[in-house]
Amino acid sequence: MSKQYETVIGLEVHVELATKTKIFCSCSTEFGGAPNSHTCPVCTGMPGSLPVLNRQVVEYAAAVGLATNCTITQNCKFDRKNYFYPDNPQNYQISQLYYPICRNGYVEVDTPAGPKKIGIHEIHMEEDAGKLIHDEWEDCSLVDFNRSGVPLIEIVSEPDMRNADEVIAYLEKLRLIIQYLGASDCKLQEGSMRADVNLSVREAGSDKLGTRTEMKNLNSFKAIAHAIEGERERQIELLEMGRPVIQETRRWDDNKEASHAMRSKEDAQDYRYFPEPDLVPIIISDEWLAAIRARQPELRTEKLIRYKKDFDIPDYDAQIITSAKKMADIFEATTAICGKPKKVSNWLMVETMRLMKEHDMEADDLTFSPENLAKLIELAEAGTVNSSVAKEVFEKIFLEDIDPDKYVEEHGLKTVNDEGALRSTVEQVIADNPQSVEDYRNGKEKALGFLVGQTMKAMKGKANPGMVNQILKELL
Amino acid sequence: MANIISDETIEYVGILAKLELSSEEKEQAKKDMGNMLDYIDMLNQLDTEGVEPMSHVFPVHNVFREDVVTNGDGHEKTLANAPARKEDAFKVPKTVE
Repeated sequence: MSKQYETVIGLEVHVELATKTKIFCSCSTEFGGAPNSHTCPVCTGMPGSLPVLNRQVVEYAAAVGLATNCTITQNCKFDRKNYFYPDNPQNYQISQLYYPICRNGYVEVDTPAGPKKIGIHEIHMEEDAGKLIHDEWEDCSLVDFNRSGVPLIEIVSEPDMRNADEVIAYLEKLRLIIQYLGASDCKLQEGSMRADVNLSVREAGSDKLGTRTEMKNLNSFKAIAHAIEGERERQIELLEMGRPVIQETRRWDDNKEASHAMRSKEDAQDYRYFPEPDLVPIIISDEWLAAIRARQPELRTEKLIRYKKDFDIPDYDAQIITSAKKMADIFEATTAICGKPKKVSNWLMVETMRLMKEHDMEADDLTFSPENLAKLIELAEAGTVNSSVAKEVFEKIFLEDIDPDKYVEEHGLKTVNDEGALRSTVEQVIADNPQSVEDYRNGKEKALGFLVGQTMKAMKGKANPGMVNQILKELL
Repeated sequence: MANIISDETIEYVGILAKLELSSEEKEQAKKDMGNMLDYIDMLNQLDTEGVEPMSHVFPVHNVFREDVVTNGDGHEKTLANAPARKEDAFKVPKTVE
């Protein structure tokens, strides 16, 4: 390749909001119900039914806008986007074109070259479509409208990203902000966060944008990274051959690790948007906006500062703990109970992380209670259990959220601090291992470790290791 | 009639709306659409200087629902109107994007 190319990427991110009900009717948004069990005349587009807006949708959308430095459109409204598809029962989607609720924001991401602002063009509210299932036995499709009318926000970025790393940093930042706000769980695999990638290439140094393509069906960070690499190569190859890039929508196939054209600009749809006549305008007063602002929870950047100040934990610990809202919640709740932030942080950073990896879990999957972790920290601090028993008990807490006080009691795991009992066990170990005793006396330090191990084994791991060491040295 | 709708336009609008029109219906639709555009032209002659754009005919705003589930399992009612159903889903011709 003789020429140098620059990749220009913009993202359209759809996020399912965490409301209990749909955007325009009182049907449940719960995932996984029997087909069409969460439906009514409104979300199935029956003639004569009328939508009524869920107030919480406006609150969540505005909260996300405020957290991403957007200007809130205080006088906003909905529009109708017309198209025919079997997953769209009304033959139109209620969305926002002319007055989206949020505009002109940005988030800051870390790049190797330092912090970078990624612009947010707008955020608008809209309804999701139903789900089409392709029947395996018959030549037909089946429609389930449970998802029809689930509230979404679409976050449209500026074309400010230049490579896959920046795209992923941007998505991770958005996900974290939205999770902290409690506005969505943002799970890519489950579709509660979906990203479409708009990508074009141009010669380095050019300030004119090339023809872009849009890629859909990207449901993991890995797929997004691969799709970006693949599409960049494909477009450069076309340009190198002197052929034009066609403006089209392409579908990413995760199994084949390749994309194929879905529809090109020529048969692009004319959505004939017009103002939605069934919904009245939304006026977000200064007071309402101030109330939403006042309710904003503490976001990660603020937590990082506070953790350092209030808890005096290292920056490295704070970064890891705040990398998921759930983890930060557990940290704060446990610290509030036991008052030992560094101990809590250690349990989260070492054992929790290890077990999460072992069980292939994410922070959101954690089920243990701060109360039980706090109890365990107290037990370990008081010397009631030694560190290896504590780890064993923690695994039980991690998996089954057992009460450590009861568990230690029932399983007889308390550390033996009784010197008499320890002394007689040590005497027995010395009598049983004359070779090691001799080795130690001949200067082999290692032999002491073996004898400590034998004593711990004889005490079923419950001995106080410091005391064992001391008694052994004394008797040898 | 000042606005003349071309055959191509009526053909295109027909495709978008998934309507098949006979040649008489097309002529009638062309006339109706022309009249509508004429009416808009008439409105455009009005002086609207200083008038706020109106986005809804009723002087009402902020009509909301609270986020509380009150609808139960609606699948039987929903599917009662289905032209074809398979178990608890609507059955439609195979649609693959």
